[in-house]
Amino acid sequence: MTWTIKKMGFTYSEKVMDHFANPRNVGEIENADGIGEVGNSKCGDIMKMYLKIDGDTITDVKFKTFGCGAAIATSSMATELIKGKSIDNALNLTNKAVMEALDGLPPVKVHCSVLAEEAIKSALSDYYRKQGIDPEPMVGKIED
Amino acid sequence: MRQIYADNAATTKLSPVVLEKMMPYLTEVYGNPSSLYGIGQTAKKAVEDARANIAKNIGAAHPSEIYFTSGGSESDNWALKGICSRLKRRGKNHIITSKFEHHAILHTCKALEKEGFEVTYLDVYENGIVHPEDVEKAIKPETAIVSIMYANNEIGTIQPIEEIGKICKERGVLFHTDAVQAAGYCKINVAEQNIDLLSMTAHKIHGPKGCGLLYIRKGILIDNLIEGGAQERGKRAGTENIAGIVGLDAALQIAVDTMDERAAKLKKLRDKLIDGLLKIPRSRLNGDREHRLPNNLNMCFEGIEGESLLLRLEFKGISASSGSACTSGSLDPSHVLLAIGLPHEIAHGSTRMTFDESVTEEDIDYILEAVPEIVQALRDMSPLWEKIIKS
Repeated sequence: MTWTIKKMGFTYSEKVMDHFANPRNVGEIENADGIGEVGNSKCGDIMKMYLKIDGDTITDVKFKTFGCGAAIATSSMATELIKGKSIDNALNLTNKAVMEALDGLPPVKVHCSVLAEEAIKSALSDYYRKQGIDPEPMVGKIED
Repeated sequence: MRQIYADNAATTKLSPVVLEKMMPYLTEVYGNPSSLYGIGQTAKKAVEDARANIAKNIGAAHPSEIYFTSGGSESDNWALKGICSRLKRRGKNHIITSKFEHHAILHTCKALEKEGFEVTYLDVYENGIVHPEDVEKAIKPETAIVSIMYANNEIGTIQPIEEIGKICKERGVLFHTDAVQAAGYCKINVAEQNIDLLSMTAHKIHGPKGCGLLYIRKGILIDNLIEGGAQERGKRAGTENIAGIVGLDAALQIAVDTMDERAAKLKKLRDKLIDGLLKIPRSRLNGDREHRLPNNLNMCFEGIEGESLLLRLEFKGISASSGSACTSGSLDPSHVLLAIGLPHEIAHGSTRMTFDESVTEEDIDYILEAVPEIVQALRDMSPLWEKIIKS
């Protein structure tokens, strides 16, 4: 392991490697209450997030990600951090919190955690829109 | 678990035979070749013997045409900067190279552009091969030098350097080739191939790191890159890396002696791997299949990203390399893959495997089992793959 990582000029924490090797909550949710997709293939990362929401609670969350090790690990960790939590909790989840939960990311990979935060916000925006509510006051501006 | 080192284009394992030849110069024969006493002169003899033997092995007319350097990057820098600064005084301010050279050439060209040189970056087309007629068309009275690599370091495509050399000779323009990847796999004869300057390094051919050479045809005037003492006939200062030089010579000798046999074995196994991996849907081989180093494989698998593939290969004991940007910390995919016209999203999913003669049929079978599984697992979680199969 260490050989490749050294060659890449940075090191992933053990937690990042764990979430990359065994990503949690991979997949799709049929009839999801909110779906968000961020990133683009040209930059090398796409994250798609599916939410099941009951009342105020995120009862289930799944993701699919095209991207590097950090992109997959941040998606996985972000889903873990919001699963079973309230919408408010999910709205307040920052990229910094995702990074901290993973014991940090190499500087060139910080954008992956930003993408994970945005993916959740994008899925929540979709949820609000489906409810006929303008998401902007709650979620802020999201570039889909 | 099986361990397969498939990154020999990055560097190779030092050959024990080479190490044995180097050992005396790392231990007892520590003299400075510039000294007159015994161990200095013994060291000097080792350097000059290596120079003469290397000259013979690359078809150079005189041992004095071989200049030892610290490796491929120094040789490339010296060739371009040394020739350009010299020829600028005669009004020559134009360089011809290709879009997919090693960064040692491309970044040197960028630096020379800042000094007022004009650089033509030739297209390498979809198959990754420079067209000699493009070189011919690009030459103008101001052209100082043409620099085209012998074989590409990422996709392994072999360039028609003999034809390019012939054109340069006819048009009276100097021709440099970076033969760092080609050495040991392709015939090198600077006389027959009309090569005026050639870069090579030891560590890609089972020699030590930190030693290379620049061949400079006799009579060519070149400015120095490294100033100082009178080593290398006053052209490259610094106490000689004796052990490195002896190692370079020994490694090249073995490479030349075993070239055909190694190439045949590697090509057979490599081709089996290519054929097997091409069965993966939406996969492609990057670069020409025929005009290609026998140990190189570079493939893209749509819908997945290179670093993820690389890390999962490493989990299975396979050390490969990715042309993808993530590995180098930049967000741009490989300039080589973009030069052969791959779109960004496909270039992100590339992987390079480069073998040496120690690879076995069992290794290849192991890789053939591992890669499709990994690709499938990553595609199963890829929203991009979802889009690709829907479209």
